[in-house]
Amino acid sequence: MNDHIPVLIPVTLLVAALIIPLAGIRGKGWAHTVAFAGVLLSLALAVEGMWLVLATGTMRYALGGWTPPIGIELVLDPLSAFMTVLILAVGTLVLLHARTSVAGELPHKSVPFFSLCLLLLTGFVGIVLTGDLFNLFVFLEIGSLAGYGLAAIGDRRAPVAAFRYLLLGTVGATFYLLGVGLVFMMTGSLNMADLTTLLPFSTSEPPVMVGFVLMAMGIGLKMALFPLHLWLPDTYTFASSPSSALLAPLGTKVAAYVLIRLMVFVFEPGFSRDQLFVSDAMVWMALAGIVFGSVLAVAQTELKRMLAYSSVAQIGYIALGVGLGSALGLVGALLHILNHAVMKGALFLVAGNLRLKLGHTELFKLDDRLRTTMPWSMAAFVVAALSMVGIPPLAGFFSKWYLVLASIEQDAWAAVAVILVGSLLSAAYFFRILERVYLRPQGDSTGDTVAVEPAGGSAEVRWPMLAPTLILSVSLLVLGILNTVIVDGVLVRIVPNTLEGGQ
Amino acid sequence: MTEVYQSAVPLYAVLVSLAALPLILISSRWANIREFWTILAAATKLLLVVSLLPGALEQRTAEINLVELSPGIGLSLRADPLGVFFALIASSLWMLTSFYSIGYVRGLQEHKQTRYFASFAVCLSATIGIAFSANLLTFLMFYEILTVATYPLVVHKESKEAIQAGRKYLVYTLGAGVILIAALGWTHHLAGSLDFEPGGLLSGAQASSGTLKGLFALFLAGVGVKAAVMPLHSWLPTAMAAPTPVSALLHAVAVVKSGVFGVMRVVGFVFGPDLLRQEGLNTLLAVVAAVTILLASILALKQDNLKRMLAYSTVGHLSYIVLGASLLTPAGLSGGLMHIATHATMKITLFFCAGAIYVHMHKENISEIDGIGRVMPWTMGAFAVGALGLVGVPPINGFVSKWFLGIGAVEAQEHWILAVLLLSGLLNAGYFFPVIYRAFFRAAAGKRYSEAPALMVVPLVVTAIASVFFGILPNGMVHLHDLALLVTTSVLGTP
Repeated sequence: MNDHIPVLIPVTLLVAALIIPLAGIRGKGWAHTVAFAGVLLSLALAVEGMWLVLATGTMRYALGGWTPPIGIELVLDPLSAFMTVLILAVGTLVLLHARTSVAGELPHKSVPFFSLCLLLLTGFVGIVLTGDLFNLFVFLEIGSLAGYGLAAIGDRRAPVAAFRYLLLGTVGATFYLLGVGLVFMMTGSLNMADLTTLLPFSTSEPPVMVGFVLMAMGIGLKMALFPLHLWLPDTYTFASSPSSALLAPLGTKVAAYVLIRLMVFVFEPGFSRDQLFVSDAMVWMALAGIVFGSVLAVAQTELKRMLAYSSVAQIGYIALGVGLGSALGLVGALLHILNHAVMKGALFLVAGNLRLKLGHTELFKLDDRLRTTMPWSMAAFVVAALSMVGIPPLAGFFSKWYLVLASIEQDAWAAVAVILVGSLLSAAYFFRILERVYLRPQGDSTGDTVAVEPAGGSAEVRWPMLAPTLILSVSLLVLGILNTVIVDGVLVRIVPNTLEGGQ
Repeated sequence: MTEVYQSAVPLYAVLVSLAALPLILISSRWANIREFWTILAAATKLLLVVSLLPGALEQRTAEINLVELSPGIGLSLRADPLGVFFALIASSLWMLTSFYSIGYVRGLQEHKQTRYFASFAVCLSATIGIAFSANLLTFLMFYEILTVATYPLVVHKESKEAIQAGRKYLVYTLGAGVILIAALGWTHHLAGSLDFEPGGLLSGAQASSGTLKGLFALFLAGVGVKAAVMPLHSWLPTAMAAPTPVSALLHAVAVVKSGVFGVMRVVGFVFGPDLLRQEGLNTLLAVVAAVTILLASILALKQDNLKRMLAYSTVGHLSYIVLGASLLTPAGLSGGLMHIATHATMKITLFFCAGAIYVHMHKENISEIDGIGRVMPWTMGAFAVGALGLVGVPPINGFVSKWFLGIGAVEAQEHWILAVLLLSGLLNAGYFFPVIYRAFFRAAAGKRYSEAPALMVVPLVVTAIASVFFGILPNGMVHLHDLALLVTTSVLGTP
């Protein structure tokens, strides 16, 4: 049974996705039950898989018994195990939360919604687990198509935003596929492990260079790396809260994973750094993205949109770490993938709570009654916001700390400055909200605040929504204090010895 | 020789007020029980810190290493003489401020008292954490926690003015925080370690002169904001929008002293005297401090709002400490350290008095307090003691630290500093004597004896008495001068 874990993780999700419509016939509640059970089961498998990988080493699984260079293989190594556990852990919490918020926002669409959620997670987990470049494209499309569907379920403007997401996402996927084609043309293999031995002989061939750049660009689009982020803000804003809570923390991170896999593992790190200067370009795009995303986040008047622009900035931190091309940089990037997934998850769940109880997430309509009516949601928001700002010992500080160390190590002072200015800008956009929620300036009576008294009573959301929110924000403290356990135990083992400062 | 032993006492001293936080929040509906937790935590904290004193005096240092915060850098607490010195001052004054706060918030029937006491408790945990930090990363962590925990206290009134003050406070302190992050990263890159070491952790590092100067500038900006070194001081007068006990403890003791404590750590334990002299950075520091002392004193002259005047006075006196650190001589350094303690007792007395006047008479401006000395003799008597002490009149403790600073200036052959000290003393007299004159020698409009609540008057009389006591016996009871000498010896290497 243990040998089959790599394949059981995505299959569990896929089977659950297919059962949900059947279960939905018996009753809508069943759809959620099946979805939640499916994710929980695959999370359990992923955790066990991670434990096995850390104890005994990489697990490889040849699909259908076809031997790898020809057949497709699934690989559970420290990096993919880390990502799988992260995706499924956040997915579990978001799905737990989604039961009530779907019932509130999308009462008639809960069955397809949960089915799409599971397909999305299947795609994400598949991308992470596969050891084959073309198979990666297939999972990318499974995840993306489910993602377009989820993004389209939302308010009136959601279909338009989702259509744009679809167009740009397809362009990204096509670029990736073109790149894979060129690489296959020159090497004759699609298997990642195989390619690591074949590619060093053909890295000076133009088709391989072009192929790599195409792949990096396609994935950059999926990852919303500035200036390829245009699809992201609308998609996150207009999608329903449960969809954006699932897409925002995970979607871009999975693309970031693909980028790391390609730049650091499949190709030699030196290829993108010294030969093509893709790394340099990424660093500058990342820095521009951090500044641009943060400044635009300050300018937003709607919470989800603000969080979306903040995501553009946070993607910049991850891309920066990858682009620096050192062991410390990669550790920082991976830790930020984890931290940002948890932070953004918590923040989007709070946004969902607000949507359910207030019916909106307009910043200028929030007032200090929330402090008393939704104390726990707002407390979770404060913790996540402080972590985004980078207040130690919360998790967000430490990924920035590693990135600062990595930048200083390479004398990248512009990067140090941008990382730190980004922190200050995030303080600006979060404290603005905290001021509204916790303080009421005397003599400042905006008349319209009375009109938005929540319809469903003013009490705090119930525990199925509250628990995931609180778990995510408390885990920020735990992840922060225990960050070295993660860094030493998992992340350092991910870093390959081909990287500067790796082991 | 110092001996290090493992002990969890420093950790308990940090955590005790944090542990009180949930209790304070739970008992928000029962004010007396809630305040009981504050007092209990304050008393326990004081006892724990005092229990570390004998060890520190015998050069036995309690240390505890918790989890690692970053590979090779632990969350480590160490009760060295400098840490104990600062923790002792902060925790003993918290005790008094707690009583005073109760009198203050009840006297004014303040809103959101639970938030007030809860934030106070977190602030004190952070301050003790700063005192006991064994390395820069731990220091930074508590420094940032202090920033965040102070914010609710600064904006407590929730008036437009208070919210503006809060924004300004955050811009300055969070800005300083990120600059410190850069400084830490650079230090780690140069020295491979972030542990505080007497004599300087950078002393063995290979670094060019320009690098060291740049790094020092980053550190100075990072800790200089909380130390209110000009031109980074302007948040402090604005932050006087906070309730008076907050100004008293945080803006005269905990927050700003964390800043100057940071300066001490940077000077003595990160760069070290040799490196600073070699690069001429101590002169830079001395000039910055001297300018701050004089300008702040001049600005204090023109204030009418009593608390703002005290704030500018604080800015000036904080730079006395920075000046002491910059002298790098035994007497100068110990004078700076002593001024941490002496300024704390005197300035907290003055703030307590300002708060008592505000609660009892609803007066905030110096021009309104004619004859108040006859109405509130205890309060204004204590005020006179604190004011005279800051001017430097013996036998109040302000004289002691200034005396040491003067000797230090002579030792360092920097005679111009004597002139600065002298001039500043006169300026201090210039802004304090009018207050005393108005309070005692102008006629009151027919008011009879009427004092503020005892919960407020007793603490301020106690701090005034303490100011006189430590003026006569600088080494009395808690051996502050012995501790200062231990720090000086460890940093400068000369007995």
